Amino acid sequence: MAEMKTAAYICTGCGIGDVLDVKGLEGAAKKDGKMAEVKTHAFLCNAEGVQLIKDDIANNGVTHVCIAACSRRAKTEAFNFPGIAISRANLREGVIWIVAQGADHDEIRQEMAEDYVRMGCAEVKKMVVPGGNVKESSSKRILVVGGGMSGMTAALAAADAGYEVVLVEKAGQLGGFARNLLKRVPFSGPYAEPQATGVEEMAAKIGANPRIKLHLNSTVAETAGAPGRFAVKVAQESGAISEELVGAIVQATGFTPYDVNKLTELGGGQANVVDQAGLEAMAKAANGGAIKRADGKEVKSVVFVQCAGQRGSGGNGNGQHLDYCSGHCCATSIKQAMYFKDANPDVDTVVMYSDLRVPGMGEDFYRSAQQKGVIFTKGKVTKVAGGLSGEMRCKVDFKDLILDEDTSVDADLVVLATGQVPNAGVNLDEWTSVVTLADGGDEAAKAKTVEMKKGSVLKLEYRQGPDMPQFKYGFADSHFICFPYETRRTGIYAAGPVRRPMDMLQAQEDATGAALKAIQAVENVEKGRAAHPRAGDLSFPKARLEGCTQCKRCTVECPFGAIDEDEKRFPKFNEERCRRCGTCMGACPVRVISFENYSVDTVGSQLKAVNVPDQFEEKPRILLLACENDAYPALDMAGIQRLSYSAYVRAIPVRCLGSVNTIWITDALYSGYDGVMMMGCKKCDDYQCHFVKGSELASYRMSKIGDTLKQMGLEEERVITHEVAITDHERVAKLINDYTAQIQEIGLSPMKF
Amino acid sequence: MSDLNTQAVARYKNNFLKEVEERVEDGHWVKMCMQCGVCAGSCPLGPAWQHSPQKIFMMIRAGKREEVLSSDSMWMCTSCYNCIVRCPRKLPITHIMHGLANYAHRLDMAPKGQPTREIARLFWNNLVKTGRVNELKFSLAMYFKDGVVQGVKNAMAMQGIGLGLMKAKRLNPMEIVGGHTCKGKADIQKIVAKAREIEDRRRGLA
Repeated sequence: MAEMKTAAYICTGCGIGDVLDVKGLEGAAKKDGKMAEVKTHAFLCNAEGVQLIKDDIANNGVTHVCIAACSRRAKTEAFNFPGIAISRANLREGVIWIVAQGADHDEIRQEMAEDYVRMGCAEVKKMVVPGGNVKESSSKRILVVGGGMSGMTAALAAADAGYEVVLVEKAGQLGGFARNLLKRVPFSGPYAEPQATGVEEMAAKIGANPRIKLHLNSTVAETAGAPGRFAVKVAQESGAISEELVGAIVQATGFTPYDVNKLTELGGGQANVVDQAGLEAMAKAANGGAIKRADGKEVKSVVFVQCAGQRGSGGNGNGQHLDYCSGHCCATSIKQAMYFKDANPDVDTVVMYSDLRVPGMGEDFYRSAQQKGVIFTKGKVTKVAGGLSGEMRCKVDFKDLILDEDTSVDADLVVLATGQVPNAGVNLDEWTSVVTLADGGDEAAKAKTVEMKKGSVLKLEYRQGPDMPQFKYGFADSHFICFPYETRRTGIYAAGPVRRPMDMLQAQEDATGAALKAIQAVENVEKGRAAHPRAGDLSFPKARLEGCTQCKRCTVECPFGAIDEDEKRFPKFNEERCRRCGTCMGACPVRVISFENYSVDTVGSQLKAVNVPDQFEEKPRILLLACENDAYPALDMAGIQRLSYSAYVRAIPVRCLGSVNTIWITDALYSGYDGVMMMGCKKCDDYQCHFVKGSELASYRMSKIGDTLKQMGLEEERVITHEVAITDHERVAKLINDYTAQIQEIGLSPMKF
Repeated sequence: MSDLNTQAVARYKNNFLKEVEERVEDGHWVKMCMQCGVCAGSCPLGPAWQHSPQKIFMMIRAGKREEVLSSDSMWMCTSCYNCIVRCPRKLPITHIMHGLANYAHRLDMAPKGQPTREIARLFWNNLVKTGRVNELKFSLAMYFKDGVVQGVKNAMAMQGIGLGLMKAKRLNPMEIVGGHTCKGKADIQKIVAKAREIEDRRRGLA
């Protein structure tokens, strides 16, 4: 690599030159920043300004550029110089727009701006341009696990887009749950009649598609490797194993209906009480004719009990079964009531509901059922007696919620709308606790791990366990607020009801999305780049293993299971699985993990580049480590809105609060900063952290910082963490101002020189 | 039980919804109600009724024939049309209410002495007799609907207004004998009878 040649470019446009002393900025870049070249331009992001930089790169061998202008989030297209290390000193959103107007503030404004220039210069000198992680060979095949509606859709979508697909289905034929349906809820206009499932046509299409390799009667026996190089063993029922090399995986393993026999309070297990799957079987047997019960009697009246064992104690749940709504069952019951009405309009069909939920175009379907004479009764069922003697009728006792009375209805058949239970494999929390016991020598636990692994879907050879992490209620992982397709296993995407409860139409959309994510993953891997959310990032973590103490924090804490352990117990990075959040870097107590353009040094040198005034100047300095995903944009927005906040803060964007190494905090406090603020995303159950666990881990680490502060003889308030959303621009300004006031109240740090 | 009622019960057994669909004006809309309760919340007379439209519709589906037809609710409707305007399912609720009232009246199951029902009946009888409303006879019929004593009391209480109207030539005392009429009185009565015959045939009441 050529020798480093540095240059700083100061833009004086957008009012920067009007309120700041540009000579001072140049001095800061030259004297303190030690930049070989320092140039100013009145409009750096226009063609002429950009050309100035390009010329220096081409003719003067400039390799490291510090641009002192607007926020790093602005003008990214103009300031894009491939192969060049770039840092950005945020003088516009970060200084002139947020420091209060007027000559009174000239001094602190100038100090702030000069500090940012020094920080930008210090950072860029520590940066190396990342070269990416290109491997010699990378597979672009896509493995789809599960051949139901979701899996078939994903396989066809990927194949149609030109990718090779391996489809694994455990049954002897494709179709999954959908194969057992007579018809499906309408998915195209006018949304009034049940439609054909289309399972046969899809299965035929898959069979005829040369890009799809189909494994029936098969399951996944082992998945090793990483995106671009997953080595998958596919086991046939007979025990024969074939190996497939794939680049990405779509897990579409669907759901199992909740066991109707557990719903004893609603007559589950009694004669003539069936679940929706049971009714489909009866309807399929009737094939458009009169639907008959198990005892051969034609059904003349039927009651559908909605939310059976669902929604906690809402609906017709009693709080002892599923806590969620499965989303599809209202429309499914409507469809099934139509089976009866279409065969014979005189059959009495009653749908007992508490909230009829028919999303999308389902409202038209609901109306169509009303037109056909299906009765909808808002009621809570208290008891179902099936198989009564005499006429073998059922009796449903219920409370009518509109007329507010206890009453009952007789029927030949009762259908319980039970919920969807995801086929998501092993629960990793349980797995981890059993494995911990097993590692401690517990023989029973060892046997249990073997048993548990049999229930795994993907059988991943990952340190963190054999399946995807599970989400609330046992559904496969999803970043449900921001990126529903994303999971914590890079290159592995969940699709369909295994991810969240959904109907067939949603599952098909979901599967198409997952197929596209899988394609995105294999394409990024081939180019050695990160997948979501830092898509295209060429940096990846590098470790100096000679300094590693094998503490295992990085392997345990990586939210994406990217780091395994090698035979010698050293961390083994699987770069293709990595999302580049830097959580490992934040975790490492000996600081041997870094990225080429983001390291302990790039941030550490920035915070040390700030001029901390001595105690007699009475100007506090507050370090603000802000998550680049939400907090930093909120700070920029505060500037755009011209909200002012204290000019005593020095903000440094971080990839995620999870990447914050405590050394930065102690370094800052030892260098005389009066306080350290951290702003990250919402954590825990309703997390908004782009890297799922980053902010949670950071919060855990910071809960331990109190001891360090005590040792240093500092107050606990010197380090503070806030959860900030991207919309919180007013709040960030207030948080900063409040904290500055608080710091001034407790007094300046005694650690100043 | 009136003959019509006996016949209706025999014909529809316990399927009151079907009876309403076939025999009540706009009754086929009842099944389309989605029980949101906007009509109940929109009705300015809501608290004064026995049952809100929402409840009436639910009771029809639940087969509560007696309760629905003897309810005073339909008779309390002032035709403000708030419910029709607001119904997300576009049910002509006001019309259904009047249809139900009319049907309950035909079966003679509507509440006895319900004032709205009484006024409607007196008004109708007064009108079809001559083709014109005889205001004097209508007013007197109203005064005396609860008996002679009450009628005299009512007339005495209103005499000031009556005299005032006469002075202003707005009330002709001679209307008491015969009163003004229209040209084809017999034809009017024939038209009304025919209309009723057609309507009854359509609704299966004949």
